[in-house]
Amino acid sequence: MISSTNLHFSYSAQKKFSFPDIRCKDKETLLILGQSGKGKTTLLHLLALLLKPESGQILIAEKPVTALSPEEVAKVRAKNIGIIYQKPHFVSALSVLDNILLSNYLADQKENTQKARMLAEKLGFAEHLTKKTNQLSQGEQQRVSIARALMNEPNVILADEPTSSLDDNNTQKVITLLKEQSASIGASLVVVTHDQRLKDEFPNQVHLS
Amino acid sequence: MNIVKISLANLKEKKLNSFLSALLLTLGIGMISLLLLLNKQLDEQFRRNIRGIDMVVGAKGSPLQLILSSIYQIDAPTGNVPLAEVDALRKNPFVKTVIPLSMGDSYQGFRIVGTTPKYIEHFQAKLAEGKIYNASMEVAIGSKVAAMSQLKIGDTFASAHGLDSEGEAHNEKKYKVTGIFEANGSVVDQLILTRLSSVWDVHAHEEGEGKHEEHDDHEQAEEGRQVTSALIQFRNPMGLMTIPRQINENTSMQAALPSIEINRLFSLLGVGIETLRALALIIISIAGISVFISLYNSLKERKYEMALMLSMGATRTRLFLMLLLEGLMLAVIGYFSGIILSRVGLWLFSRAAEQDFHYSLRKFTILPEEIYLFFAALLIGFLASVLPSLGIYRLNISRTLAEE
Repeated sequence: MISSTNLHFSYSAQKKFSFPDIRCKDKETLLILGQSGKGKTTLLHLLALLLKPESGQILIAEKPVTALSPEEVAKVRAKNIGIIYQKPHFVSALSVLDNILLSNYLADQKENTQKARMLAEKLGFAEHLTKKTNQLSQGEQQRVSIARALMNEPNVILADEPTSSLDDNNTQKVITLLKEQSASIGASLVVVTHDQRLKDEFPNQVHLS
Repeated sequence: MNIVKISLANLKEKKLNSFLSALLLTLGIGMISLLLLLNKQLDEQFRRNIRGIDMVVGAKGSPLQLILSSIYQIDAPTGNVPLAEVDALRKNPFVKTVIPLSMGDSYQGFRIVGTTPKYIEHFQAKLAEGKIYNASMEVAIGSKVAAMSQLKIGDTFASAHGLDSEGEAHNEKKYKVTGIFEANGSVVDQLILTRLSSVWDVHAHEEGEGKHEEHDDHEQAEEGRQVTSALIQFRNPMGLMTIPRQINENTSMQAALPSIEINRLFSLLGVGIETLRALALIIISIAGISVFISLYNSLKERKYEMALMLSMGATRTRLFLMLLLEGLMLAVIGYFSGIILSRVGLWLFSRAAEQDFHYSLRKFTILPEEIYLFFAALLIGFLASVLPSLGIYRLNISRTLAEE
């Protein structure tokens, strides 16, 4: 579960953002829609604790997280937040499997190879586990990054334009997978996008303006 | 998974860059290590053989040549001197021992040296089998001679005139092997030792001077006998002050002091060694710069990866260590391949030296200096990687992730 109240952030005196309050319970989904330049990515980075808000409160799993130290923030990110980026990025030197296991390692948890294989099976890239990530197609890469985000069973899954570089067919697949998987681990799913194709998929929506 | 694995994967991902950095380190470290090995072993070989020899007398000429030919058996002798003059030195109260040497012939490239039993005593050579030569034309051979020439006790051979194997053979007179020395690392290993009279006999016969007598105990012989040189030991350092000058001024011989000549030789070699050492240091510095540049570039390329790992919960310190480790691993790889390279170099060098001078330099153990060299290599790896790695602390996660 994730919620925010009165979030404010500014890059400079001219570029200020204030965001509507957000609330997404466990197993629920939330779509944040907005055109370019409305601060979608900024909001996502604030929710992912990659940026510190000027004012306002964020609660993750019912705990306030805005006042934590960098080390504690890193821990919260590792354990409670799974992020899926617009363009899937990986550690290019490592294999697909190792990229997924990296989540476990960076969160100081036991590497669960079995789980990685199971997720790969479900998400349909089991035959690519030993390949390098750049040998995979865009759609496959996006599915690998979903698996990576799910590895630590986070409390919140944040997706930043997960479908913007995918065709209709892949978009449908990825969204279905995201919803299924986050529901299966009881996480809140927050998707930030300008992609109008997703409008009908999510009952709860927030519009940035 | 751990940072070692990720670092290794990153090094493998940039194969050519890593290879270049490791290669430069290998060359630099290999050169320094080879210089250390050569310096130490040459020094040992040279010092071991001059131990206890205070002065060498022989025909006038280059003193260094006299030392090299009489002690190390690697240069041509300067000529002959009358035995009478050498023997006269025995009467000098400062002189403790005089070991006359007579050479000029060889067998399969190994020198035949006529001398007195004192020579064997001096180099503390012990027989592995057989007995010390007794009569003229009997020889005891060094371990290396025995191994290379396959001569055994009781075998006979004809010597060749001159010091290389090309010489014309003295077929009429044959030497007989009576003993083989144990290997003791001194010059004796590569020599064929016999009585002074053997050398005279061979040549007396050659020159057609006819009859030769059996000398039993007396090797100091009649007028006109010549030897090549003599190794002198003094009773006390006072001898060093006066005798060399007396000899140089009053006799047909020259006196050469091994310690001075060897120091001179080493200072001549030293210039070359210094140059090589400077070159090795330059190569190592370039290796350091290469590690620096390749890590710097790779961090720039991998900025997004770093930000990604940070967003996945990695601490900056962990990533810093991971980057540092890449430099350190290159240093370790370079160090060990450098050490191996220097051993290969030493082996090749030793093979050439054995062929030309019968000296071998075959100690492949790690020198204490090379342990310092290891830490120096680590330091270079550390310095070269610490600057680019520190960049991880300045990385703005959000901006880096948003930019791409």
